Amino acid sequence: MKALYPVITGALIALVVGDLLILGVGQSPADVYRLLIEGTWGNPYGLAQVLYKATTLTFTGLAVALALRAGLFNIGAEAQLALGGFFAGAFGLLLPAGFPAPLAVILCIAAAATGGAIGGAIPGALNAWFGANEVITTILLNFVVLFFLNWVVTAHLHVPETVHTRALASGTVPRLSAVIPAFRGSAANAIIVLAIIAAIVTSWLVFRTRFGYELRAVGLSPDAAEAAGIIPARVRVATFTLAGALAGMGGTNFVLGYKHYYEDGFSGGAGLIGIAVALAGRTHPIGIMLAALAFATLSQGGLAIHALVPKQMADILQGVVILGIAVASRTKS
Amino acid sequence: MLRIATPYLFTAAGGTIAERSGIVSLGLEGYMLAGACGAAFGSYYGGNAWSGIVWGAAGGALFAAIHALATIRYRADQIVSGIAINILAVGATRFAIRVAFGSSSNSPRVSGGASGLLEFLGLLSILGVAGLINRTRFGLRLRAAGEHPEAAATVGISVSHIRAMAVVASGILAGLGGAFLALDQHQFSDEMTAGRGFIALAAVIFGRWQPFRAGAACLLFAAAEALEINLQGTSAIPSQFVAMIPYVLTVVALAGIVGRSVPPAALGKTGH
Repeated sequence: MKALYPVITGALIALVVGDLLILGVGQSPADVYRLLIEGTWGNPYGLAQVLYKATTLTFTGLAVALALRAGLFNIGAEAQLALGGFFAGAFGLLLPAGFPAPLAVILCIAAAATGGAIGGAIPGALNAWFGANEVITTILLNFVVLFFLNWVVTAHLHVPETVHTRALASGTVPRLSAVIPAFRGSAANAIIVLAIIAAIVTSWLVFRTRFGYELRAVGLSPDAAEAAGIIPARVRVATFTLAGALAGMGGTNFVLGYKHYYEDGFSGGAGLIGIAVALAGRTHPIGIMLAALAFATLSQGGLAIHALVPKQMADILQGVVILGIAVASRTKS
Repeated sequence: MLRIATPYLFTAAGGTIAERSGIVSLGLEGYMLAGACGAAFGSYYGGNAWSGIVWGAAGGALFAAIHALATIRYRADQIVSGIAINILAVGATRFAIRVAFGSSSNSPRVSGGASGLLEFLGLLSILGVAGLINRTRFGLRLRAAGEHPEAAATVGISVSHIRAMAVVASGILAGLGGAFLALDQHQFSDEMTAGRGFIALAAVIFGRWQPFRAGAACLLFAAAEALEINLQGTSAIPSQFVAMIPYVLTVVALAGIVGRSVPPAALGKTGH
């Protein structure tokens, strides 16, 4: 399929570069790739870790992709993710221990979505009402938000000697190891279900609703959309807010499903990789989930091959893949 | 304060050139980091600051060249490419120090020196870029490439060529900014640029893509940072909020609250 050509090219370039790097440190690519597969899809713990990481990446990938469909670059997924995690962690602290579990989880997820939505609404509004370029504002606001959250935790909410808040009494989500014993010890948890639901719902929203139609119209041709009676500014703000909410929900993976508290810096670059996921996934929900799995595999695999090749090689390959896809994609002026 | 400002001045000077030619320079952060790493390697293997400076400039130029190749020759989206370059720079520098020095976070201590000279050059770079853009024929062609590339092409200006040169120049300058950082701190550490490249870009935007204004913005941001360091512990304002100042100011500038910040007309548009 023509749409897959850039992704395949990007992947091939990454493979070649990877081979060169592996050979450069005196190892055999075959050995390294075998170790990578064994460390990820080849064993239950590795697979579970891949699923865990892919969950967060699915959310951030969706967040970037949704905005892209409307013609907007959401580089702020990192901040939105962090805000979401923070809101979930902070709100969860308000819930007493005996609070009904399903309700607690839903409320915390809603809190996360709200936090992320705020993170998306600000650059969205700045773009729609003031014409501020959203690429720059989201990058700048990433820093502002991350600094702010760092201050909130370190100055007020942290457990002494740590950079995280107290653990939640309610609102936590079970690990997958509760259902699949082979996954014991891994961070994979039930939020993966939420991720899949989010992908399905986003797909329905974009392709089967009026709002989604307007979103795509604004993305393809704002002038034509305006002539058809759509108000681009409103669509943009709404889209960015929704995208932020998606990324925010990604924060629940860590906060509700893994550590059960909010930790400063938990986002760990997942927002940025979300850009790669959105591009590699051709902004299509299924593509995004597959791309999320791919990048998660790369990340987890980097750890697995550390004995042979520095895991930093995975970092390089992430950049190479994005660049490869960008180069191979046809750009519109 | 000049010590803090110098990396910003170099990088903002570079960013101004590239952006005025019409190429979005999100990769400045990456060029700077590559420059810092190059400088550490150069200083370590060469034994003195001079080889550090040269390798630093080369490191920045290398990553800028990748960006130029991808966006100008291959018409890749400039924003995506810039982000990729930053990710690539982080990964490549980590890989480099891992392979060469066995550490995952720092290089060994390297000799510094040449700080005074570099600080002076940093200021000079702003001056130089201003002169280049506004008073030379090259600068005129550069501005044409950034504002009306189609018109420029019709009068025989090779827009691709000029943009490529501008981007590589920005890489050299940002690389020098990074080199200063590394030499000043006597080592390279993982992600040591810590967003300074973005602050420099913010200075460029805040300065409305004009070299002197961008330079002034750099000094402003550096002053705030210096103030915060001096007041550490005693200030009522937490350090995180002071750190936010450059970013918030730029967002405000972009929102047009203090007058409109209008970019070069052809900025970010591929094809000419």
